[in-house]
Amino acid sequence: MDTHSDARPVLEGPDIARVLTRIAHEIVERAKGADDVVLLGIPTRGVFLARRLAAKLEEITGRTIASGSLDITMYRDDLRMHPPRALARTEIPGDGIDGRLVVLVDDVLFSGRTIRAALDALNDIGRPRAVQLAVLVDRGHRELPIRADYVGKNLPTSLRETVKVQLAEEDGRDTVLLGVKPDAPGDQR
Amino acid sequence: MQRHLISAADLTRDDAVLILDTAEEMARVADRPIKKLPTLRGRTVVNLFFEDSTRTRISFEAAEKRLSADVINFTAKGSSVSKGESLKDTAQTLEAMGVDAVVIRHSASGAPYRLANSGWIDAAVINAGDGTHQHPTQALLDAFTMRRRLVGRDTGLGRDLAGRRITIVGDVLHSRVARSNVDLLHTLGAEVTLVAPPTLLPVGVETWPCEVSYDLDSTLPKSDAVMMLRVQRERMNAAFFPTEREYSRRYGLDGDRMARMPEHAIVMHPGPMVRGMEITAEVADSGRCTVVEQVANGVSIRMAVLYLLLGGNEPAVTHARIEEK
Repeated sequence: MDTHSDARPVLEGPDIARVLTRIAHEIVERAKGADDVVLLGIPTRGVFLARRLAAKLEEITGRTIASGSLDITMYRDDLRMHPPRALARTEIPGDGIDGRLVVLVDDVLFSGRTIRAALDALNDIGRPRAVQLAVLVDRGHRELPIRADYVGKNLPTSLRETVKVQLAEEDGRDTVLLGVKPDAPGDQR
Repeated sequence: MQRHLISAADLTRDDAVLILDTAEEMARVADRPIKKLPTLRGRTVVNLFFEDSTRTRISFEAAEKRLSADVINFTAKGSSVSKGESLKDTAQTLEAMGVDAVVIRHSASGAPYRLANSGWIDAAVINAGDGTHQHPTQALLDAFTMRRRLVGRDTGLGRDLAGRRITIVGDVLHSRVARSNVDLLHTLGAEVTLVAPPTLLPVGVETWPCEVSYDLDSTLPKSDAVMMLRVQRERMNAAFFPTEREYSRRYGLDGDRMARMPEHAIVMHPGPMVRGMEITAEVADSGRCTVVEQVANGVSIRMAVLYLLLGGNEPAVTHARIEEK
């Protein structure tokens, strides 16, 4: 499973749990009770993070929190540069997103292009009151004017490095791994 | 690298399942207030229809528009384009206009293959029915309908139709739908039985990957899905069977026959139906008949095919057999 043999963990299971608890509290604080919050995870791992955040928010507020998923594949700006990707599920909660506070949830914030695509996708689904962004790791190197509202961990990286989030639901364990690109130039030792 | 969809027989099991899974996600777009995706923005698709068609053309057009492609409809009815040379000229005209894909329906079997492999045109070619040869998107939408009904919408994801028993009844001789379905259903692991009067079965049917029967009543209890084919009245001057009444009595599906099918079995029809001929109104209007569902699924399947062939820099669909030598 772990292809980065020399990858080192920067966040472990308990860290991820604490970080998500903090983000949940921040959402409640900023949204003044999180009454109208809809959490939308970006597949694959954003969806699991959104579910976990929803569970934490429900603990804090005692209300049911709507959560779903938003597949951005068809809105990507690099579609023409790769073979078509398999689509993932878009699952919008029953009440829709019109007039709600949508919090997009993703694992890693990098170039910002995924989030741009997500904003486009949202546009076709409804008109939220506001859109915010929660990410587990912000690794920098933005290529678009996009920033996260809630960040689990700021992780300064070089472009030669890779950040890999593993979650129990998909990978069997919770961890964030910082590795080196196998084919990165200058990596030949 | 093949980037056309000419025959259902060209699809591998994995390709077919990928198309069905993609269609499942495409189907969800139909439930949204804005039924549009930007995926094929700036791509031009020509619907080149040399033969009458209502539902297939409209279905392709809806699929293309939902993916934001630019659509050009070319209806060649009444012109002399059915001659080989003219197809070439038409193709070169389209090539000069810079089209990215051609959806072609032609009365001559093999016309889409010719268009794809002649070098006349650089665009992807999608067969929307050629003569009595193939109609691959129809087979895909039928398989999609079966998987949804017999396996389940969500539980079906990633799965094929292994072990399902499908019966196809009627004019197999003239039916490209039957040919495509036999090929695709076999690839997906289903067991296909063709039921027809001997005169309406093609020569060489024994080499197809399916069973053949002349007796509908004995086949029905062993069927998970029964697909009725239209009796093509326009061809009946060739006297393939004595009278329409006799055909209807032996090979038509009525309420009594439907009652002999297993509880979960569905009735399918590619349309247009001839009520009172191969299917009675009682069956056609029952909840087990999926005709309307098939039409809705057709748009999703065609969106999936267009996305997988045109959405990236190269097609996601590989091909089982290489056509060009």
